[in-house]
Amino acid sequence: MFSLNDNKLAHEIVSNIKKKKINLKFMHVCGTHQDTLVKHGLDFFLKDCGIEIGQGPGCPVCVTTPKEIEEMIFLAKNGKIVTTFGDMIRVPGEKKSLQNLKTEGYDIRTVYGIEDAVLIAKNNPDKEIVFMAVGFETTAPTTASAILKNPPENFSILCCHRTIPFALKTIIDMGELKIDGLIEPGHVSTIIGIEPYEFISREYNIPQVIAGFEPIDILMGVWMLIIQIEQNSPFVQNEYSRAVKREGNIKAQKVMNKVFEVCDVKWRGFPIIPKSGLVLKNDFDQYDSRKKFEDDIIDLQNYKFKEPKGCRCGELLRGLISPRECPLFGVKCFPDNPIGPCMVSIEGSCNIEFKYLKNK
Amino acid sequence: MCLAIPGKIIKIDDKDDSATVDYGDGTKRMINISLVDVKIGDYVLVHAGFAIEKLDEVEAQKTLDLFREMLSDLEGK
Repeated sequence: MFSLNDNKLAHEIVSNIKKKKINLKFMHVCGTHQDTLVKHGLDFFLKDCGIEIGQGPGCPVCVTTPKEIEEMIFLAKNGKIVTTFGDMIRVPGEKKSLQNLKTEGYDIRTVYGIEDAVLIAKNNPDKEIVFMAVGFETTAPTTASAILKNPPENFSILCCHRTIPFALKTIIDMGELKIDGLIEPGHVSTIIGIEPYEFISREYNIPQVIAGFEPIDILMGVWMLIIQIEQNSPFVQNEYSRAVKREGNIKAQKVMNKVFEVCDVKWRGFPIIPKSGLVLKNDFDQYDSRKKFEDDIIDLQNYKFKEPKGCRCGELLRGLISPRECPLFGVKCFPDNPIGPCMVSIEGSCNIEFKYLKNK
Repeated sequence: MCLAIPGKIIKIDDKDDSATVDYGDGTKRMINISLVDVKIGDYVLVHAGFAIEKLDEVEAQKTLDLFREMLSDLEGK
């Protein structure tokens, strides 16, 4: 539909950035941005121009906590049919992954979306079906929409949805790294629009660009950030206007607001982040696996979870290191045999780095 | 997870908020359109079986024009 493969423009942008002799550190929070950056070698080109772009906590599978994975494992062991997205099934819990459990005969099923899980519930009326609802604002409205359609009684969700803006605030407040600009996730932004990011530019003087996913989109995003920095006029600029409206998708926001309320939640690698999670409102208690099966998971409430030994996914998710700085990367941790979630998910920076390793 | 793929709406079934999209490579799939207002011929971004937003051709053209304008500005310097 759109032609954004303009090699000439890409080279022009890169050579003009290089002329500026700058030294800047940007962060994005989206696995698809990371894939574009690494797949097309933009990370190397830009580093050569003095710009480093790191991936923050922009992978919903990666930031899901060991406790949430263990909850699903407990529910599977208690006879539920457990459903979720493919990547999630492969993330190791404290001892094993849902995939390991599947090989032991428990009923774990990969689904493309929540509607597939609802269909499984309809087809198995004598079984309880739990859907692990993972994802940022892009995915949360799909969960909400399905809940509003009154799924069968034997269906419920383990809600693990998280939201981006206050995670960004937390990472800035933690002060562990310098962030000169933020590239905001295009598809999260289709839902939430521009306003929820604006306090960051206002309160922290940090420029932001909502960018699309073609190489030119990202280069344009970088260029826009540089111009904002030069002009000392930080704001939220929308490079991805073909998909992101200023107000976002209001219909999707209304659906989300009917079903969810905001909560504080822990992210892997982070402490509890205020106002960064979603839980089902009380009206939908019958679809809340944590309430419906409270007794099955009660033992996990006060359990202290340990991260896998040597795994540095937490630091990676806070943007402090790159995948190759983890001693396990490509030595003990591989996509086929991952130790941490960033090597499992196709949106995890270790998985992406490993996938394109052969080209470097 | 936040991956969304563009597709063209080729058929709409209003009764259950579903539509058929053509991804342009011969793949067609039923999707849920409860989160968007669309008509046949519109392009949408599809994520986890749902259309999450309509793509705006006018805005796409504006972006391309902006890029071209920037290119000519750079060449002029």
